[in-house]
Amino acid sequence: MPTSDYAVRAIGLQKRYKETRALDGFDLAVPYGMVYGLLGPNGAGKTTAVRILTTLIRLDGGTAEVAGYDVTRKPRMVRRRIGLTGQQTAVDDAISARQNLVLFGRLFHIGQAAARKRADELLEQFSLADAANKTPKKFSGGMRRRLDLASSMILAPRVLFLDEPTTGLDPAGRREVWQAIRELARHGTTVLLTTHYLDEADKLCDRIGVIDHGKNVVEDTPDGLKRRIGNERLEIVAAESDDLPAIAELANRAASEGTEATVDEARQAVTVPIADGVQALTDVATELRNKGVTAADLGLRRPTLDEAFLQLTGHATDDEETSAV
Amino acid sequence: MTTLNVAPDTDDTLAGRVKWAIVDCWSIVWQELVHLIRQPSTFAWQLGFPIVMVLMFVYVFGSAMDVSGQGAGAGYMEFAMPGLFTMTMAFGFMNTAFAVTMIKEKGFIDRFRSMPMASSAVVTGRGVADIIHAAVDLAILVGIALVLGWRSGGSLAATFGAFLLLLLLRLALIFVGIFLGLIVQNTEAAGNLFAVAFPFGMVSSVFAPPDLMPGWLGAVAAWNPVSSTAGAIRDIFESPAVASGFWIEEHALAAAIVWPMVITAIFLPLAVRRFKRLSR
Ligand SMILES: Nc1ncnc2c1ncn2[C@@H]1O[C@H](COP(=O)(O)OP(=O)(O)OP(=O)(O)O)[C@@H](O)[C@H]1O
Ligand SMILES: [Mg+2]
Repeated sequence: MPTSDYAVRAIGLQKRYKETRALDGFDLAVPYGMVYGLLGPNGAGKTTAVRILTTLIRLDGGTAEVAGYDVTRKPRMVRRRIGLTGQQTAVDDAISARQNLVLFGRLFHIGQAAARKRADELLEQFSLADAANKTPKKFSGGMRRRLDLASSMILAPRVLFLDEPTTGLDPAGRREVWQAIRELARHGTTVLLTTHYLDEADKLCDRIGVIDHGKNVVEDTPDGLKRRIGNERLEIVAAESDDLPAIAELANRAASEGTEATVDEARQAVTVPIADGVQALTDVATELRNKGVTAADLGLRRPTLDEAFLQLTGHATDDEETSAV
Repeated sequence: MTTLNVAPDTDDTLAGRVKWAIVDCWSIVWQELVHLIRQPSTFAWQLGFPIVMVLMFVYVFGSAMDVSGQGAGAGYMEFAMPGLFTMTMAFGFMNTAFAVTMIKEKGFIDRFRSMPMASSAVVTGRGVADIIHAAVDLAILVGIALVLGWRSGGSLAATFGAFLLLLLLRLALIFVGIFLGLIVQNTEAAGNLFAVAFPFGMVSSVFAPPDLMPGWLGAVAAWNPVSSTAGAIRDIFESPAVASGFWIEEHALAAAIVWPMVITAIFLPLAVRRFKRLSR
């Protein structure tokens, strides 16, 4: 019987693939009604976590409850209460958008008539009504992903799992999908999504959990996380390495609360998280001139996921792919 | 909105599960049939190869081959048509494998397995749909054969029985296809299964009697399950054939029933085990 107030509750999850510890004591607690973002680089264990929570793979250790039921002991109860949109878009290209939804409706056991009715509702809700009778082959990436999302919403499930819902979409497609997810959240669905993108987690989620090497790194609200890693950063590249201490001192004065400048000796660069970018930029430029220090370069940058990780964990991510956030 | 939050079936008894296994299987079959109806060109693509093969053999090579002991080319049509039917059934396992790999690659298996549906339906639905597909394939080929002048010498009931033997072979190979489809990594690799299928289909009595092949190759061909089915239906259709030197060819009908059962006994458990391994 349901024993938990959490939509998702996992304690000490372990999953090994031979040498790889895909999950290594991972904890997760997502209250009902929340949009929770799991943020991490390639191979962090995001998909593994989602696959365990959606009953697709067995866990090697720990416990997990979804919608109040244990995923190992009551997988059928869990499956009746969740939706999953996996990393690949599971859309049947050879049958129409409506037929896709009717098929999934039947497989959710709601009956043929209800499946038809629900399909039409979902087509409307996800702005696909005009394309209802077309095959998804010719859809844009955003439309396909929306149809994919709609297929996991046959039931307005208690808990919806979205594994990288916007990866591979163009900016317009991403916005469409974001819009659809916000709409679902407004109707009370608990959403657990994974992403590589800081800005996506920031824009969509109530809480963000950062995962790396199968372990929890940090969990916070988007604002809290941004405070930790700095919203924007100012980078000053010194013309002479002798100027670095002076520049660092001056940069520290512009730093947002509770942060400080980092010095990269090799590049002769000083980087500092700042609260108000344009203000800090003009302040620092003025001070540099007053002190007679010349900078080779001065500019604002958004933190990459790599830098966020460096800030949060003290070590960089292992891969190059995610560095271009 | 009166949308449900929880799937309405709550029957976890054995009877309930069996009922849903059947209902869900039918839903998957429905999806596959919609595919075929929407894309009738599928048949053209899949039957194109065997049809070209048979035309080549009947009109190009066949005229040089003495399959009936009555001289080169005599009775070759009667010999080759049952071979064509059998080869098409035999190659069918590639369609199964390709479809299984496709739903794996596209994430369908994951979505299905995260749903309250009976997960067995993913596989049983595939099997039933493939048998229906194969029956349509067969009907088309028989139609073409009749147009080209082929006739069955057996009674209507016996001829129908021969078609059932063909579908029995196809059924057994469905389990092979599911097993292979779950093993290969992606659809590209599934396409390469043709390299396995081609010798399996060709080193057989489909287009030439094993007696005409070099010793060891003839033995392999004679003992090929494809040859057994081809031999059995040739007997039923009363196709002319040279006296065979192989024991198994003398017992083609029994072999055409036993072989598919052996294949099923091996590959059904393998396929089930492979399917269960998805949750590892
Ligand atoms: N079936 C598997 N067999 C072997 N290793 C696996 C398997 N699935 C995942 N892994 C490994 O487990 C680790 C975690 O993988 P996972 O897919 O969960 O990462 P992820 O955070 O989803 O990454 P991505 O952002 O690339 O999707 C990786 O090192 C991966 O190589
Ligand atoms: Mg992943």
